[in-house]
Amino acid sequence: MSRKLRINGTSYDVDVADDTPLLWVLRDHLKLTGTKYGCGVAQCGSCTVHVGGKPRRSCVAPISSIGDQEVVTIEGLEGPAADAVRKAWVGLEVPQCGYCQAGQIMSAVALLREVPTPTDDDIDKGMSGNLCRCATYIRIRKAIKEAAGTTEEQP
Amino acid sequence: MRVVSFVAFGVLTTAAACGGKSQPAQTAEKTLPAENGLRSLEAFRDIADPAARSASIFEEIGKVLIHPRCSNCHPSDDRPRQRDGLAHHPLVVRGNDGSGAPAMHCSNCHGTSNFEMMPGAANWHLAPLSMAWVGKSLPEICEQVKDPARNGGKTLKQIIEHVTDDAFVAYGWSPPEHLEPAPGNQALFIQLVQGWVDAGAHCP
Repeated sequence: MSRKLRINGTSYDVDVADDTPLLWVLRDHLKLTGTKYGCGVAQCGSCTVHVGGKPRRSCVAPISSIGDQEVVTIEGLEGPAADAVRKAWVGLEVPQCGYCQAGQIMSAVALLREVPTPTDDDIDKGMSGNLCRCATYIRIRKAIKEAAGTTEEQP
Repeated sequence: MRVVSFVAFGVLTTAAACGGKSQPAQTAEKTLPAENGLRSLEAFRDIADPAARSASIFEEIGKVLIHPRCSNCHPSDDRPRQRDGLAHHPLVVRGNDGSGAPAMHCSNCHGTSNFEMMPGAANWHLAPLSMAWVGKSLPEICEQVKDPARNGGKTLKQIIEHVTDDAFVAYGWSPPEHLEPAPGNQALFIQLVQGWVDAGAHCP
């Protein structure tokens, strides 16, 4: 079925079945390969994008559920929170292998937009769905705090 | 007094975990047959005393309330459950409004309908703590269900409307294939709730 999608501010026409995961549309049809396939069952967070301004695991989001909601991927992420997160990620050299990092950054930006100065607990709970097999969690937490401008240690 | 354990525990609810294909409400006139472990209203017809009949009907309703398809979203702590009452993975917490923590909302994964193995229904969320049933007996759950101070301000009539119209309630009987549906079917459940109310909404 042919449908229009609005992704990163650009309109696309795609012809895919209703039950095609958004992830496949992004990667295979539109070649937006910054969003990664990890587990395919919403257990790892690698495929996180923003749909209608909210984080969404694109591997379990059928394209029929998107409608006219704006989709933002790592390629189109922008704004003050995104800029701060990118700067902190680079400054602290957060990634190791890097595979999960697009999803980590999408979730981190979503968190900072909801909670501009997150506590350790906010970070742990908000980022709990994004796994990192290199275990860069300590640097991820530190980078989120740096991006929020709250780098002091908390009890 | 029987205390319901978490895994054995259940649902009915203001916010439960039951969505998907909604079935039309069928109340009163025609008694529906028993199905899939849930007895028909007909089975309670010979109980002459309305209070006893009503309480017995609620025991039947409780089979649905204590089923994981519904109870998984009625925890007495801040963690939803999944499958047969296992801890939810990944870690998800209640949050301020029952929809999860900032950046880790239910809607990150749960859409408005099932998708492959991912359960889905409109307004997927945890029931409020005032409607938490884990660790409570069926009589306690019954009192909770009909108490407007705890059930979201619902009258008995509104409880019937809730179990009839809420897509999240309907989900209980139409989960993804790998999950066991709640006993019976929604229409039979509605009829039992109606019968419980008609007989005075007494508790076991």
